[in-house]
Amino acid sequence: MNELLTKLAECVEFGKINLASPYPPQMKGQVGADEITRMALEEGIDPQDVLMLGLMPGMERIGVKFRENKVFVPQVLMSAKAMSTALLHLKPHFLSGAAKQKGTFIIGTVLGDLHDIGKNLVGMMVEGNGYKVVDLGTDVGAEKFIAAVKENPDAVVGLSALLTTTMASMEKITKEIKEAIPGTLVTIGGAPVNNDFCAKIGADNYSPDPQGVVEYLNAKIT
Amino acid sequence: MGKLIQEIAKGKVLVSDGAWGTFLQKKGLTPGECPEVWNITRPDDVLDIAQSYIDAGADMIETNSFGGNLYKLKNYGLEHRVFELNKAAAEISRKAAGTDHLVLGSVGPTGKLLLMEEVTEDELYNAFKEQSEALEAGGADAIVIETMTDLEEARIAVKAAKENTACEVICTMTFDKILSGEFRTMMGISPKEMTEVLVEAGASVIGANCGNGIADMIGIVKEIRQVNSSISILIHANAGLPHYCDGETTFPESPTDMASRVKEIIAAGATIIGGCCGTTPDHIFEVRQVVRSI
Repeated sequence: MNELLTKLAECVEFGKINLASPYPPQMKGQVGADEITRMALEEGIDPQDVLMLGLMPGMERIGVKFRENKVFVPQVLMSAKAMSTALLHLKPHFLSGAAKQKGTFIIGTVLGDLHDIGKNLVGMMVEGNGYKVVDLGTDVGAEKFIAAVKENPDAVVGLSALLTTTMASMEKITKEIKEAIPGTLVTIGGAPVNNDFCAKIGADNYSPDPQGVVEYLNAKIT
Repeated sequence: MGKLIQEIAKGKVLVSDGAWGTFLQKKGLTPGECPEVWNITRPDDVLDIAQSYIDAGADMIETNSFGGNLYKLKNYGLEHRVFELNKAAAEISRKAAGTDHLVLGSVGPTGKLLLMEEVTEDELYNAFKEQSEALEAGGADAIVIETMTDLEEARIAVKAAKENTACEVICTMTFDKILSGEFRTMMGISPKEMTEVLVEAGASVIGANCGNGIADMIGIVKEIRQVNSSISILIHANAGLPHYCDGETTFPESPTDMASRVKEIIAAGATIIGGCCGTTPDHIFEVRQVVRSI
């Protein structure tokens, strides 16, 4: 495989954004995801390969390490930053159709809940794994989710909540989405929720970590 | 030396209060509503919470100001009311505490990440300074910075409270048990790492709050004690992890469940014990009975 793509995957895995970034210390002074992505595209590497063979393996490795508690939120955020920097170079290729994303994922924190760290983590991880992500923000009601699904047919919806008090809101939103657009898949996550709750409210999937959402999407979106 | 530390120095174990957030919800706070506004619109309900913990036997009570920082209030368009809402919070708890109980001004995280450059260190410092000063103005004896997961944010909050008020500063972080069985915050901080940094920043009491019940807190206290034999340790434990059923959230640990671990946690080195999410005046009453018996 192309050496640049191997290097790009490493930059994403370890959160090396660009030459100027001092993080991580062991990669100080080296070029990062920003420069390498540009070089790869200039060299004529297929943008699709940059996504699938550079960014995605890096995101997957950090996702697995996060699930195994070998790294924590800060490391994942740095990886996500490196990944977003690289994605900026790919965006024109997505728009022109030269590179394709795997599908669309709509995410938001449910009505009544303003917490966004977990939601952002999942959004970034999913985006880095090759999906278009529509982030509706926090305190999002059913109507907004439904409108987004109408705009993006076949998208999977992710609902996030941190507060125990907004679990009821998650239940209501799940039901309303499924009533409005039957067949829409809903995956849930957040500190207070679990598999039992998922089954109880009629959601399709619960993931305790972002990598689980990626795996769920990979299984459902073909 | 502050009043809190004087009491602990006498060899006393103190009892703190229980949950505020879940108590406010029971009184009708709806999801999406700003809890701190109740300090102005429903002061009697807030006072009732404070009073019920005093009546249950707590030595100290917190204030209804957990989300009272600039950044959280901004979510509700209330960023210009930081001082007013926090001062009112402390005044209400002061009323319930009188002169013989202590008031701990509650300060929670901003929800903004330094690492993602969502906020600068100076901005965080100024936000915590403003909130701490308002709590002191309303009569708080101590500032309790709680539910922290990022050590840098916690350190800045401690410094801001210490350098701008005469209050004692307490700081507790929220830990999970990870797959290896060790304790880490969401940001990867261990109780050991926390101890050195927060003591250095000026905290006179450190510890843990929230989490998944009192049993895990015992391990956290032991880990702090391994690296610091003298610092006072405060534990505000959840009544376990919440269960959700038919629109109702319940917490599994009963007052007697919680009380049954109190001796053990004191033996491990905790000096102040209270509750977090899901705990009630009944929990605090039972904890008080155990502490009294020792």
